[in-house]
Amino acid sequence: MKQVPALKIDGITIGQSLAIIEYLEETRPTPRLLPQDPKKRVLVRMISDLIAGGIQPLQNLSILKQVGQENQLAWAQKAISSGFNALEQILQSTAGKYCVGDEVSMADLCLVPQVANAERYKVDLTPYPTISRINKALLALEAFQVSHPCRQPDTPPELRA
Amino acid sequence: MQVGKPILYSYFRSSCSWRVRIALALKSIDYETVPVNLIKDGGQQFSKEFQALNPMKQVPALKIDGITIGQSLAIIEYLEETRPTPRLLPQDPKKRVLVRMISDLIAGGIQPLQNLSILKQVGQENQLAWAQKAISSGFNALEQILQSTAGKYCVGDEVSMADLCLVPQVANAERYKVDLTPYPTISRINKALLALEAFQVSHPCRQPDTPPELRA
Repeated sequence: MKQVPALKIDGITIGQSLAIIEYLEETRPTPRLLPQDPKKRVLVRMISDLIAGGIQPLQNLSILKQVGQENQLAWAQKAISSGFNALEQILQSTAGKYCVGDEVSMADLCLVPQVANAERYKVDLTPYPTISRINKALLALEAFQVSHPCRQPDTPPELRA
Repeated sequence: MQVGKPILYSYFRSSCSWRVRIALALKSIDYETVPVNLIKDGGQQFSKEFQALNPMKQVPALKIDGITIGQSLAIIEYLEETRPTPRLLPQDPKKRVLVRMISDLIAGGIQPLQNLSILKQVGQENQLAWAQKAISSGFNALEQILQSTAGKYCVGDEVSMADLCLVPQVANAERYKVDLTPYPTISRINKALLALEAFQVSHPCRQPDTPPELRA
């Protein structure tokens, strides 16, 4: 697929972030990233798919190259705000402390990086108070900090935390 | 808590809706269709009523067990967990991940780049080339992956969620005149799947909202 991420684990190499995460969940089940109740699991997957399938692919590097430099910002902003409009509405009924109830789930793992993209493309987040609140709560957690783009082995010096 | 049959909000030609229709057919789940025409009236998915039902303003949406859910793969995984036979995902996690990987490649990496909404944005004169590029890029990767995962079907010899994604995407490829010669494995698997009843009864040409000129 000529894309990141790819994970080499247990003798296999796998791509597609959500497929990777579901594999980790099935083989290393604690702590849970998906609730036990199927009616809550479907909400986690729905939100994850909305972001990973409905927003990000429409504003990734590959697509932005195709639309041309002068159109890139508007295109990215449109993709993200359309998706966030829907997401904000969905979160009204699913969210507790986090995207679905009060436990961190796969949906939260999708939310934070997408909000970072939104900020990068200067999307106004005022219409999305639930998204903003949840994002802030998640960024306070260690896992979201150690994994942050500003703390990676390949983070350029000028962007390092 | 079941109140009547499940209700599927679907458009005959929507590849995402077709995926769910196949799953419902394979699992012998009887359901009602409420057609949502994506083109008429400026797109019925944008109506206030439909938006209240599914804020994503997209099909498919499934009303089942007292909840209404969107996103075809989330729906299919829910059906798998609540109506587990026949299986749509293998038992072995190392095979399950391949099914999800292929499904996500199609559902996240190809279809969203060539759906109605995006094609409207790129403008009519660019639509065909854009759709063809999205599909061939994705199919290039998929053909390569299938070399190592496929048996009779996408992953081994059992029909899985990956196959539910493949057939509708090939139909889109044909619709946008993508040359399928570079993709012999995709073509072979597609042909084998179309011979199965669940892929036939769920076909766009056999839906309640199929226009007369496209009916089988």
